[in-house]
Amino acid sequence: MRLAGFYIFAAVVALLPVLFPDNYFVVVVGTSAGLHVILAVGLNLLIGYAGQISLGHAAFFGLGAYASAILSTRFDWPSLLALVAGLIAAGLIAWVFARPILRLRGHYLAMATLGFGIIAHVIMVQATQWTGGPDGLAGIPPLNLLGWQVDGDLQWYGVIAAAMLLVVWLSLNLVDSQVGRALRAVHGSEFAARMMGIDTARTKTQAFVVSAVFAAFAGSLFAHQQAFVSPDSFNLTVSVELVTMVVLGGLASTFGAVCGAIALTLLQQGLVVFEDYEMLIHGALLMAVMIFMPQGLFVGLTQAAHRLGSTLARSKFRRSLD
Amino acid sequence: MTAMIAPLPLSSTPASPLLAVTGLEQSFGGVMALAGVSFQVAEGLVYAVIGPNGAGKTTLFNALCGFYQPSSGSIRFTERELLGLPTHRIAACGIARTFQNLQLFFNMTVLENVMVGCHLRTKTSLFAAALRLPRVRRQEQRLRDWAIEALELCELADRATQSAGTLPYGLMKRVEIARALAAKPRLLLLDEPAAGLNDTETLALRDLITRIRDSGVTILLVEHHMPLVMGVSDRLLVLDYGSVLAEGTPAEIQADPRVVAAYLGGAVNYAV
Ligand SMILES: Nc1ncnc2c1ncn2[C@@H]1O[C@H](COP(=O)(O)OP(=O)(O)OP(=O)(O)O)[C@@H](O)[C@H]1O
Ligand SMILES: [Mg+2]
Repeated sequence: MRLAGFYIFAAVVALLPVLFPDNYFVVVVGTSAGLHVILAVGLNLLIGYAGQISLGHAAFFGLGAYASAILSTRFDWPSLLALVAGLIAAGLIAWVFARPILRLRGHYLAMATLGFGIIAHVIMVQATQWTGGPDGLAGIPPLNLLGWQVDGDLQWYGVIAAAMLLVVWLSLNLVDSQVGRALRAVHGSEFAARMMGIDTARTKTQAFVVSAVFAAFAGSLFAHQQAFVSPDSFNLTVSVELVTMVVLGGLASTFGAVCGAIALTLLQQGLVVFEDYEMLIHGALLMAVMIFMPQGLFVGLTQAAHRLGSTLARSKFRRSLD
Repeated sequence: MTAMIAPLPLSSTPASPLLAVTGLEQSFGGVMALAGVSFQVAEGLVYAVIGPNGAGKTTLFNALCGFYQPSSGSIRFTERELLGLPTHRIAACGIARTFQNLQLFFNMTVLENVMVGCHLRTKTSLFAAALRLPRVRRQEQRLRDWAIEALELCELADRATQSAGTLPYGLMKRVEIARALAAKPRLLLLDEPAAGLNDTETLALRDLITRIRDSGVTILLVEHHMPLVMGVSDRLLVLDYGSVLAEGTPAEIQADPRVVAAYLGGAVNYAV
């Protein structure tokens, strides 16, 4: 069945807090992993499927977060409205920048998106009267979903898990549709894609906009959940982390991105003590994956499991001969 | 209607041609890859373009497809000017092609490749696709049916679920043809479809080209394999150094002393 993997994943996500109630790790790390999954799945549409790199994706994560933060604290907008406004703003900005940026290729595209991320970060730090500058913005009200105020770790787990599953479902649908095949065609051969009647500029723009909107979605949830945002959460390191998740999981696989995001979140939890070396560890991880598992964790581990399975089967067969 | 009937122009082609190329020029730095090429292709024919390596055959295809911007000339297709249109718009006019250097989507299955070929025959919006609305589901089924139809015509249906990159070379070339056909084009450009094929595969290709022609698709064929070219083509254009050396039926071309001297070298076996 087409969505079998999705249903299994959804069941695991739903069962975790039931099996481990009041478990700090499951609930708190789970929400963080959920936000990362949203970010990675969106970015994977752009990097993995459309084959376009973005080294500034934290900008859209930040845009969603600051839109929610600013609109709900300074203008007293209802949180849901602030969230939607953030999504629309991210989509519009991505749409405006997509054409000039995505005309570039390879290193040039990498540099342009890097610049985009840096500029966004500078604005967060410098536009003090709006963003609160380096100190950030505090006192962001919790999410209010048509009268239901999201409160407490477990409720947040539920909301973020639902949001994540929605994003994964949308992404799976998209990839396995005419739109998704057009994305993959652009990656496979841009010339052939054009010859099939695909407007490649438009297709890349769509991927950029969707990944930006997903990132803003995660940003907005993040802001309401933390009740506080500061530029540190959206700097270059975060952009690199997001790319690492996508590459680690395996390009051009939605569940690869899911795995990459979860794996990196767990790793970060294990490495809090080494905070100063985080960048270093990410770099080393990226290199190691590229060298030893170029298809990523998801495919790499599936294949390893396969090999292990057949080795076991063979040794069992040999023993049965004895 | 009793309009005055003007005397037919000197051209021997009856009615208006499907494709009319006039004075097409394309240069790369100092190299004139196309030095004022003119020819006309009537609908329903297999029209071959031959010439030695570097004669400008692929350049001609790329210019027709809007991949290059020729400095002058005109390309009229069903009375529409193609010059200056972007490639995806030219495709939408009813032109499909295969490539001398394979341009398969190696990141997809054979079926998905051919489904991309159907791209112009239906339209899905981003939102409808992400939500997988019922009509998208029906559309997907239709795309699948169309793709399988094209695969069956190319005798590839049993390979549908295979990843495109795992096929043998000859079959990859056939998938490119299936993908181009899936677009239901009026004009199909084939750039050296027989290159790298063995004799059996070449014979099968000859049958396939005939079948495609019989289904009403006009074919522009670039090919070095002379027995194949002479066997399937209705007319030929001979290019040399970016200029037209000769144009005519296979019999006329084979009898043309300039062609024999410049290109065929007098020692060509035309037999299949
Ligand atoms: N993109 C390009 N840039 C520069 N020169 C080019 C380019 N494309 C083609 N040429 C030159 O134009 C001329 C014609 O090349 P073209 O590829 O059209 O030849 P061809 O007839 O297809 O040859 P072959 O039979 O080898 O495929 C050659 O001299 C080639 O070097
Ligand atoms: Mg060529």
